[in-house]
Parts: sequence; structure tokens; C-alpha cells
Amino acid sequence: MGKNIQETLLKTPTGISGLDEITNGGFPKGRPVLICGSAGCGKTLFAAQFLVKGITDYNEPGVFMSFEETASDLTQNFKSLGFDFEKLKAEKKLRIDHVRIERTEIEETGEYDLDGLFIRLNYAIDAIGAKRVVLDTIESLFSGMENTALLRSEIRRLFSWLKEKGVTAIITGERGESSLTRQGLEEYVSDCVILLDFRVIEQIATRRLRIVKYRGSTHGTNEYPFLIDENGISVLPVTSLKLDYKSSTEIVSLGLPALDDAFSTGGIYRASSTLITGTAGTSKTILASYFAMSSCKRKEPTLYFSFEESPDQLERNMATIGIDFKQAIQSKLLHIHASRPSLLGLEMHLMVINNLLAELKPRTVIIDPISSLITIGNSSEVRAMLVRLMDTLKINQINALFTSLTHEGHSGYNSSALDMVSSLADTWINLENEERNSEMVRSLLIVKSRGMGHTNNKQDFTITNKGIHFTSSSKKTKST
Amino acid sequence: MKSKTKNQTPIEEKFVLTLYVAGMTRKSMEAIENIKWLCDKHLKNCFELEIIDIYKNPKIAEEQHIVFSPSLLKKLPLPTKTLVGTLSDTQKVLKALGITFDQ
Repeated sequence: MGKNIQETLLKTPTGISGLDEITNGGFPKGRPVLICGSAGCGKTLFAAQFLVKGITDYNEPGVFMSFEETASDLTQNFKSLGFDFEKLKAEKKLRIDHVRIERTEIEETGEYDLDGLFIRLNYAIDAIGAKRVVLDTIESLFSGMENTALLRSEIRRLFSWLKEKGVTAIITGERGESSLTRQGLEEYVSDCVILLDFRVIEQIATRRLRIVKYRGSTHGTNEYPFLIDENGISVLPVTSLKLDYKSSTEIVSLGLPALDDAFSTGGIYRASSTLITGTAGTSKTILASYFAMSSCKRKEPTLYFSFEESPDQLERNMATIGIDFKQAIQSKLLHIHASRPSLLGLEMHLMVINNLLAELKPRTVIIDPISSLITIGNSSEVRAMLVRLMDTLKINQINALFTSLTHEGHSGYNSSALDMVSSLADTWINLENEERNSEMVRSLLIVKSRGMGHTNNKQDFTITNKGIHFTSSSKKTKST
Repeated sequence: MKSKTKNQTPIEEKFVLTLYVAGMTRKSMEAIENIKWLCDKHLKNCFELEIIDIYKNPKIAEEQHIVFSPSLLKKLPLPTKTLVGTLSDTQKVLKALGITFDQ
């Protein structure tokens, strides 16, 4: 009977966070996968992570055949990522074979083959019962050798041998001028080809991953941003997470009783996201700070990302209107993380955010302002990142509040950057400064609020040294 | 065939050679034949030749960094040199091994 490969293609989980989601389960089991990209794009790390996670997470021993770095160099390099090669080697789960070729010592004197390599690889695989193999970078074999046609056919033979052996192999290749790899390895590895890319856009380094080919499997076709941090590589699937998080019916306070009263529910739902927009100086940060304090009052850890003010400055400024950040920080409930948005690329920001989420396990997160992140990347990237971020916050049942700066004349409602955030937010509050009777009047309007009735009136407020004070608070609520 | 065997300088240093082959394939046999012929012809009694089948001794392949087969490793005289292939290009083999002739 015919093989039914298409429908029953077995997958090997990659151990690279996010990648399994894009590939619907991982790499094709028992087949070679080509990872190509220019120097410094993270190929070796990618391969190393595949092996190490294979061992630690899936109990699949692995062989690392390195054509470039020595075993001790590799061990050193990956120590910082928590990959303990020494330990894995001692446990007989990992074998590293450094294929050292001294060009100057080599002379070609007739027909030859790569049996030496085959034998070594076979020996290493059998010694530990390896299921995963990495060849990094096999193209190094070509440098300095005359008979490239012979090498090419030998490499083709090697790939089909790997298939027969039933190991899932990663073969790395350097990006060529006109082809994916210098030696056109993509012609031989026909099952799965992944391209890594590293580029600098407006002085900010960004990494991208794309699945060029994946025979017999559906896969995402986008370019996915990925990042390298102390946990290794993680890919950010653009829309990986499904809309299936739990919705809380618990109500939390925004920190201002009068504002809470503007909602029929007397506050906002836990784990919902709130957007506060307004032009410069409409007290977005103050409103955000109230929200932060309300979270601290509930004794819930709060994480405040400040992209415009330093923690000190924020603390000082809030103290002038009676918001005591100092105490909240001292009691370790409030953590303010300040950085310049332009300092890092988008994915690095997301990484920092994700890491702090994991570390501090906050119940409330404030990003002030999210508009400064929007300026970093192009709008589709930013949108992808925001979706991802909001989903992460929702899944972790975190209250989220974003502020966003709008510009005069833009009317606040139709800037494209705002569009994407506002469609994702559950509650949207717009702040305004307007001149009435030669007086600046601050006002607040709830633009939308999912699943909650709210007042439709603009509410005027003033700011004194005791904080925000509503002057025309209307209790009239509409139901939805 | 071109090798000028007549005016060969006397070899004083001892040649220590190891030929690594992968099983008894055609290439292996060819290499063995070629090196034996060459040693008898040019190195007379001042050589040590060891032939190792890496199929039977895979550990050695790793230890000796064998990638290509057949591979002839010249350990002595220094510098060490690796000759890959069937050793059928006699000129090249002699040159690589550092066996020189008077013109």
C-alpha cells in the first residue's frame, strides 16, 4: 500500500519556544532540516538549543558535529545560556565531535569519499542512541578542497544516510550570494528549510525567521521575529494564541472612586486591558498611577513600564499630587522599569517585558506610554507584538493599562497606531484639555468599555495637590 | 609513471605512515596498492606503514580526525601531512610526502 506520509508526518518538537506552533508540532521526524542564514544570525545557537532541549525536555540524546568551533569553545559559549554541555556529556546524552580539518596539511591525491565522517557520525549516534544530530556547518568542508563535485555528491549521500538512520538532523549553512546556502545545500535537503535573518532597521537590530519550505506539512508563511536572550531563542508567532482565555467577572478598581462609578459595574473587569489616550499633558500618567496604586492597595504586585520618565522622576512627580509611590516601591509591591524605547528593538522590549512578567508575576501591568513602542517598528510588527503582549497578559490574568499619546489635530480617534491598540483594548478612556471661557478644562470620556455600561458624558476634573478631583461627575449610566 | 626513480636522494629519515581506509572497498584497495608500491620503490627500508580499517575501529577515526577516506597520515618526518584519496597521483603524493629527487 502507498505510504500515507502527508497525513501522518511525525513531528519532532524543536524545543524552541514558539517554533512548534508555527510548524504545527516541530520538525519532520527522522529527516534533515536545513537552517540557513548569514554569519551571526544565530544558526549555531538554534542548533544547540534543538539538541539540548531535545535531551532535557524530550529525552532524546543528541550528537553535535561541529565543523567550526571546538568542543570546549561550544561548551564555553553556551554556558551563559544555561546549556550545560559537560553535564549532558557525562550523562551520555550528548556527544560533541569537532571535525578539525587542517587545510594546509591536506593534499588530494585521487578519488576519495566521506566515509571517515560517516563512520564517526555513526559511532557517535550509536554510542548514546542519539535521535537528534546537528551538523554545524558542513559547508566548511568545501573550503580549500578542489573536488567540489565529489564533495557535493558525498553530502547528498550523507543526507540520505541520515534519513535512513532515522535521526532528525539540523544542518546549518551560510547564506550564499544568489542561493540560500553557498553550496546550494537546499537542493539536497528537500524536506524542511528555515531561513534566519538578521538586519538592522533604523539602527535597531531585528531577527527574523521564515520557513522557506516544509514538505508535507502546513506551516506559517510569515516572517516571524525571534529573539535571543539568556533563555536562548524564542520565536514570536504573530497570531499563535487563540482567543480562548478565561474571562473574569471580578471587578477591580481604577483607583479613583468617581471613575469607578462611571462604570455600571463599579470598576473594570480583572484581566482586562485599558487604554488611556490623550494629547500631551492630559494627565495620562496620573491616571495610570492611580491604577497602579489601586493594585498595590489590593496587595497585588504591580509592574510599571515607564518609557518617558525615570522611576525617581515618576516618584517625585506623583508625590506632588499625593500618590505615594515610594512606599509602594519599598513594600516591593510596585516595580518601576524605566528605559528609553529606542534603546532596544521591539522584540527586545517584548523580551524584557516577558522576563519581568515571569520574574515578578505581577497582577497589574502598566505601559506608559505604549505609543513610544509604536514608533520603533513598522505598524504590522508593532501590531503583532501588541497582540502577543496583550494575549500574554490576558492568559496570565493580568490587569493591563496602556497609555497612548495622541497628537493635536488628529482628533485622537483616527491615528493608525491608535487604531490597533484601541481595537485590542477592552476599555478606552480619552483625556482632553480644552479651553472653555478662557480657562483650560480637563475632561475625561469613556469611549468604549466591553461588557460594561458606562457614562457617556465628558467628566471634568481638576488636579490638586491631593490628586484628581472630579467636578462634574455624572452618575448616569447606560446599559449594554 | 613520470617519477624519476634513478636519481633519488638517499632517504635517511624514517617515514612513519598510517593509512586509514573504510572497509575493503575499491578505493581502499587502490590506496593500499599505491602506497605499498610507492614505499617499496622510494622508501626502501626506511618506512613504517600501518593500515587501519576505521570501520572496525571507529573510535580511531574520531581520535585521529579522519573525515575523508582513504586518508594517509604522515606522522614523521615532520611536518605532519594528510593525503586524502587513492594516492594515484604519484607526483603529488611524492611531493606531499616530501620525497625529492635530483634533477
